Amino acid sequence: MADTPVAVPPAPTSAPAKPTVKVKIEAPAFREYPTIPALRADAMIDPDPYVSSAAHNEALGFPGTLVDGWEQKAVAKMGELLGKYRSLKVYMDACVHCGACTDKCHYFIGTGNPKNMPVARQDLMRSVYRRYYTLPGKLFPKLVGARDMTKAVLDDWFRYYNQCSECRRCSVFCPYGIDTAEVTMAAKEIMDSVGVGHKYVNEIIAKVHKIGNNLGLPGPALENTLEGLEEDVLEDTGVAVKYPLDVKGAEVLLVTPSADFFAEPHVDSLIGYGKVFHAAGISWTLSSKASEAGNFGMFIGNYEQMQKIAMRVREAALELGVKRIVVGECGHAWRVAYSFWNTLTGVGAGANDPFAIELQKQLDPNYKQPSHICEVTWDLIQAGRLKFNKEANDHRIVTFHDSCNVARGSRMGDYAGGQFEIPRNVIKAVANHYVEMSPDTIREKTFCCGGGGGLLTDELLDLRVKGALPRMESLKHIVDHDGVNFMATICAICKAQFTKVLPYYGFKMSMVGGVHQLVSTAIVLSNEQ
Amino acid sequence: MSSIEVNGKSYETDEEGYLVNLTEWNEDVGKYLAQTESVEMTDQHWEVINFLRDYYNEFQIAPAVRVLTKAIGKKLGAEKGTSQYLYELFPYGPAKQACKIAGLPKPTGCV
Repeated sequence: MADTPVAVPPAPTSAPAKPTVKVKIEAPAFREYPTIPALRADAMIDPDPYVSSAAHNEALGFPGTLVDGWEQKAVAKMGELLGKYRSLKVYMDACVHCGACTDKCHYFIGTGNPKNMPVARQDLMRSVYRRYYTLPGKLFPKLVGARDMTKAVLDDWFRYYNQCSECRRCSVFCPYGIDTAEVTMAAKEIMDSVGVGHKYVNEIIAKVHKIGNNLGLPGPALENTLEGLEEDVLEDTGVAVKYPLDVKGAEVLLVTPSADFFAEPHVDSLIGYGKVFHAAGISWTLSSKASEAGNFGMFIGNYEQMQKIAMRVREAALELGVKRIVVGECGHAWRVAYSFWNTLTGVGAGANDPFAIELQKQLDPNYKQPSHICEVTWDLIQAGRLKFNKEANDHRIVTFHDSCNVARGSRMGDYAGGQFEIPRNVIKAVANHYVEMSPDTIREKTFCCGGGGGLLTDELLDLRVKGALPRMESLKHIVDHDGVNFMATICAICKAQFTKVLPYYGFKMSMVGGVHQLVSTAIVLSNEQ
Repeated sequence: MSSIEVNGKSYETDEEGYLVNLTEWNEDVGKYLAQTESVEMTDQHWEVINFLRDYYNEFQIAPAVRVLTKAIGKKLGAEKGTSQYLYELFPYGPAKQACKIAGLPKPTGCV
C-alpha cells in the first residue's frame, strides 16, 4: 500500500455530551502496516444502540421494559444458560488472558476502544459469572475481578455486546477456541429476558412473525415486485424468465433474504437465481410464507425465536410439496440452514414427529437438503447444463469477500473448505478476471463487513464505518495494484453494509454485488429452455 | 418518544425522526422533515415522494428500489430511471431518506 496515507492515530477526545446535532462520521485513515491501534478508551460510547420498544419486546414474548428485581433474574438466566450450554461454561472458565484475540476484532482495529478487544468483551460477562458462579468470586470478588450485576454493568453489556457482530474471527485465533459470538448471544438472551432488547433486531423479528419477512413486504407487494422483474428480464434479454410465487408442485423452494426483493445490488442476484433455474430447466418457486431466509433469532441467541422463524420454511415446503430446498445469498441464513435446521425443524429434532418424517420423505435424497444456491449453480456448471459468455464480465476485475457466517459457521459441498472454493469456482466460471485479497483477510480469517450480527442499523453507522477498516484496507490494496473494481459476496448484510460504507473510504458503492449478479451477466439464455 | 412541531401542531416521531402516525403527514410536514435531512425539495423530489406515498397506500410498503427507478424513468425520462439519479436527490439513500420525508416507516432488514 505504497500510496496510501500514513496512519495517524486519531487524537483522543473527551466523551462528548449527548449530541443534538448529527456527528459527522468519518472513516479512519488507512494504515501503512496493519499495526495494533493506539488505545482510545472512550471511543464509540456514543451513540448507544436504540432500546427496543415494549410492543416489539412483548411481541417476542420478552418483558416490555426492565423488570423489577432484574439483577437476580439476569443472574438466574445466566445460570440457566450455563447449565444448558456447556460451551458457555467452558468459555467462561477457560480464558487465560493470553491476548491472542486482542487485535483480531475489526471493531477494535477500527475504533481502538479496548472494550472491543474480544477478551474484554467476554470479561463483561465473565466478571459477573465469577461473582455468582465461582467460589473465589463469591468469597473474594475484588481479588479475582468479579463484579456485581449492577445497572452500570448492564449498560456496558448493552453497549458493547451491541458492538460485536458475532463474526467469530477472534475464535479462529484463540488457542482454546473461545467463541465470543456465543458469549454475545448469551448476553443478548439474558438482556432480552429482563426486558432490554435492541430495537433493530426485535422490531424485525416481530415483523417476520406478523408479515413474513424482515422487510415487512406483504404478499401483494412481493407479487407486484416479481412481475416487474419478469418484465425487466424479458426486456433485457428477450427471454421470458419466470420469478414464480407460491407454485404448488414446483421442484425447488428458494428461500432468500427479503432484501433480494427490495434493495440494490441484492436484486441482481435474485435475477441471477431465476436465470440459473430457467437455463437448467428446473421448476422453482418462492414462498410468500417463507419470504425471508434470514433468521435474526440467532443474533439474539434465542432458541425459541430461531425455531419459530425456521419453522415457516418447513411449513412452506410441506404446503408447496417441493422436492428440494435451496437457500439464496444470505450469510447467517445459511449458517442456520446448514448447521441448525436439522435439529431445529427436521428429523434431527425428534425423528418421531410425523410432520418432520413427512418432509423427509417428500424431499429428494439425491440432493443435499438444504442446498446453497452456489452449490446448485456449481453442480449445474460441472454437469455442463449452463453456458456462459464470460466476456460479458470483462469490464469487471473481481474479488470475493467471504461472509463470516458462511466462512466460519457452515460449509458447502462435500469436502472441507467447500464454502470457500465453491463460490470462487462459480465466479471463475463466469468471469475472466479474478484477484484474491490478502490471505490474512479471506477464507476462515475473513474480516466481517462491519454490519453483521444485527448491527446493520443507522444509529450504529459510525461503528459500522470504523469496523469496515480492515476489509477496506485489503480491498484498497488490490484496487491500487490490480485494478479490482468489483467485490462479490453472498450475504445480504454484507451487500447493504458495503453499499453504505464504501463511499466513506473513497470507493464507489456500486463496487459491491452478488456472485449471482456475475452469473446473471454472463449466462446464456434461450426461450427454448 | 420525540416530536416535531410544524405550523404550531405537534407530531410524534421515533428516535430517528420518522413520523409515528402516517396519516398525520402533509406537505408542510414533508418539507420540515426534508429540512432536518438537509434536502432541498424540488419538483423532482416531490415526484419521488408522491410516487412513494401512492405505492404505500396500495401495498403498505415502500416500493423496491427497482420499482421506484422504473416508475421515475417512465415519468421523467429513461436517463433519470437510475438509482444514481435517486441518490443525487436523496444522498443518504432513496429508500430510507425519501421514506422519512414521505412520512412512511423506515424499511427494515438487510437494506
